[in-house]
Amino acid sequence: MADPMKIRANVTGDTTEVKVLMSHEMETGQRKDAQGKTIPAWFIQSVTATWNGKTVLAAQWGPAVSKNPFLSFKFKGGAKGDKVLITWVDNRGDKRTDEATIA
Amino acid sequence: MDAERMDRGRRAVLKQGGGATLLALVAAAGWLRPEVAGAQAQAQAWNKAAFDTHNMAETMQALGGGEPTQSKDIVFFQTPDIAENGAVVPIGITSNIPKTESIAILIEKNPNMVAAVFDIPPGTEPSVTTRVKMGQSSNIYALVKADGKYYVAAKDVKVTLGGCGG
Repeated sequence: MADPMKIRANVTGDTTEVKVLMSHEMETGQRKDAQGKTIPAWFIQSVTATWNGKTVLAAQWGPAVSKNPFLSFKFKGGAKGDKVLITWVDNRGDKRTDEATIA
Repeated sequence: MDAERMDRGRRAVLKQGGGATLLALVAAAGWLRPEVAGAQAQAQAWNKAAFDTHNMAETMQALGGGEPTQSKDIVFFQTPDIAENGAVVPIGITSNIPKTESIAILIEKNPNMVAAVFDIPPGTEPSVTTRVKMGQSSNIYALVKADGKYYVAAKDVKVTLGGCGG
């Protein structure tokens, strides 16, 4: 299982800003190891963010997203104490969900 | 969510091969915690065709759109003119086009053009920030889908140290 994400969610006025730092290799499938063998691709394919059961962001990623991906976005609504859930799924089928409390 | 989104999801699933569809079904039906199951079912299956393209025409075909219109309402922020390290290039894109449905980051000279596609549901600001890898200096395109139409803006980013290959 992958390491937990770091999620920060802050509400200012009526807008909540969410920042996520995920821990993932994001291997492109283009690199070769010392023996000249291609290192197979391993990257996050989809990311979903939900707040109160409502999807606030859905993303599909390719291997061109950087290692240990960073993501930030804003949505209308959200109150202190609400939970924001972030889920990612990678191309090996691994997944991880973490939650943060809006501050 | 509204009917159009669901429809789009279904079409994306239909377009793909059996393997990918099965994976999507398993992901939607299986082993998820109940509170995330809904969101997961809504997330579109990964659009392999779109992430396999090498130029703008192919990308637009895979995404099912026509020729995108140049737009000045798409703004890059936090995006450098010169990136020292191609492995980590911050990209921020804001769309000021009403009814923005999705924002895609396309890198012209990467092995595969599409880096990321963000679906923006109503209520979410059409503005995302992330970091991408760039193999070499290239144009970055922000492709925005708004009200069923595609719009595009470009920014040239120079890379002094490539992020692909080893």
